[in-house]
Amino acid sequence: MLTQEVTAVRKTALYDEHVALGARVVEFAGWAMPMSYEGIVSEHRRVRSTAGLFDVSHMGEFVVSGADALHALEKLTTNRLASLAEGRVQYSAMCYENGGFVDDLLIYAMPKRYMLVVNAANKEKDLEWIRSNVAGDVVIEDVSDETGLIALQGPASEGILTGLTGVDLSVLPYYHWMKAEVAGRETTLSRTGYTGEDGFEIYCDPKDSRAIWSAFMEEGTAAGIGPVGLGARDTLRLEMGYSLYGSEMDASRTPPEAHLMWITKLSKGDFIGRDAIVRRMDEGIDERIVGFELTGRGVPRPGHRIFAEDDEVGYVTSGTFSPSLGVGIGLGYVRSDVTGELSVDIRGSYIEAHTVSLPFYREGSVRRRR
Amino acid sequence: MGEKDRLFTETHEWFSVESDVATLGLTDYAQGELGDIVFVELPEAGRSLAAGDVLTTVESVKSVSELYAPVEGEIIEGNAALEDDPSVINSDPYGKGWIAKLKLAPGTDVSRFMTTEQYETHIKG
Repeated sequence: MLTQEVTAVRKTALYDEHVALGARVVEFAGWAMPMSYEGIVSEHRRVRSTAGLFDVSHMGEFVVSGADALHALEKLTTNRLASLAEGRVQYSAMCYENGGFVDDLLIYAMPKRYMLVVNAANKEKDLEWIRSNVAGDVVIEDVSDETGLIALQGPASEGILTGLTGVDLSVLPYYHWMKAEVAGRETTLSRTGYTGEDGFEIYCDPKDSRAIWSAFMEEGTAAGIGPVGLGARDTLRLEMGYSLYGSEMDASRTPPEAHLMWITKLSKGDFIGRDAIVRRMDEGIDERIVGFELTGRGVPRPGHRIFAEDDEVGYVTSGTFSPSLGVGIGLGYVRSDVTGELSVDIRGSYIEAHTVSLPFYREGSVRRRR
Repeated sequence: MGEKDRLFTETHEWFSVESDVATLGLTDYAQGELGDIVFVELPEAGRSLAAGDVLTTVESVKSVSELYAPVEGEIIEGNAALEDDPSVINSDPYGKGWIAKLKLAPGTDVSRFMTTEQYETHIKG
């Protein structure tokens, strides 16, 4: 068939809230999502200093159950799932046989089942990959349409959420989840996020999204809460050096190149991609992700070429102006033998840069909770 | 120079002319679309430009945009204050956020540019 499938842009349950808040709405992974409200820099600073509210309902959620669920997911993902106790959350990845990334994901260990949270742009591909690579008693449900997701991030998050729930949040450690009522609605809430700040991600029935969102906006007024769009979500994650699928990770890159061996447990036994990853490490990798800061003025952008002396040694995968540090920062694939002084070709000007260890930003409130 | 004398381009520059000098910048609409502006290359005094030449580059957190010379002229001054605080383009695009002054070639015709009202209609279209 040569007819092209036309998919309408989807709206989350919070779309009207975003419009009412004056959001600049953009299309992202087939969804109409807020890019920013008052501005990326002020939203970014708000999350670093008080609290920001994000609608990330576009993310995909799958529930995997059945007697062979653990075995199946252990084979599909790179991190060690067997040791993940109920109540915990794990960051992991799925790879192809050749070691390239299918996606990165969060896995929630729940009673007799796992919840997988995947990138919106990869949802259909992931579902197909999972379905075609499991065997035995495994049930896979796509619950994305029945799941709203609101993230509350920033040092004031615990205080704000405490006012809306009966549970004692001080007993909920980083990367753990619990069932809790928030603003009188049933939710699954976890102490997780993508910003480097303390915070929570709240999974709810989309019918309850608006009530929960409004309750947060009201409860958090005194603490300085405000809505935050995808623009600041990206600058916040980049200051932490967190990888983004489609930028640092894709089907052509493997965990050792992407600096993601910390979620790749070669000792856990076989999983899809393991042999290729081992081979890759034995042979040695040609390029790997580095973080760099510009010493000159400018903003690195994806695709800009990276030089060491006069040699082209790599390219930028993510780049922005860091609101917290006041300089251009970026991640890029750079030849493995290169460290130290670099330059970035920004529209024909070679701007000085140097490699730095990650994260770029080290003051985040999440560190106090680990 | 009031709002009435301001002229606009389709590429979202504004300028106003006093004797033979045009002061120009980025429109309020354009600064809003770009978002937080973090760098501006200071336009170099003495450089001559033809209409449509790139005058400078304005960089925001999320994207980069070029500013074009609406008419032929020579740069006589760049707004040095933007080097320290380019965000004034966001906060005061028609005032302190001006970007460059151009000395116009004799007999420059500016009648083809949009007025404030025409530009407002243009950006809504």
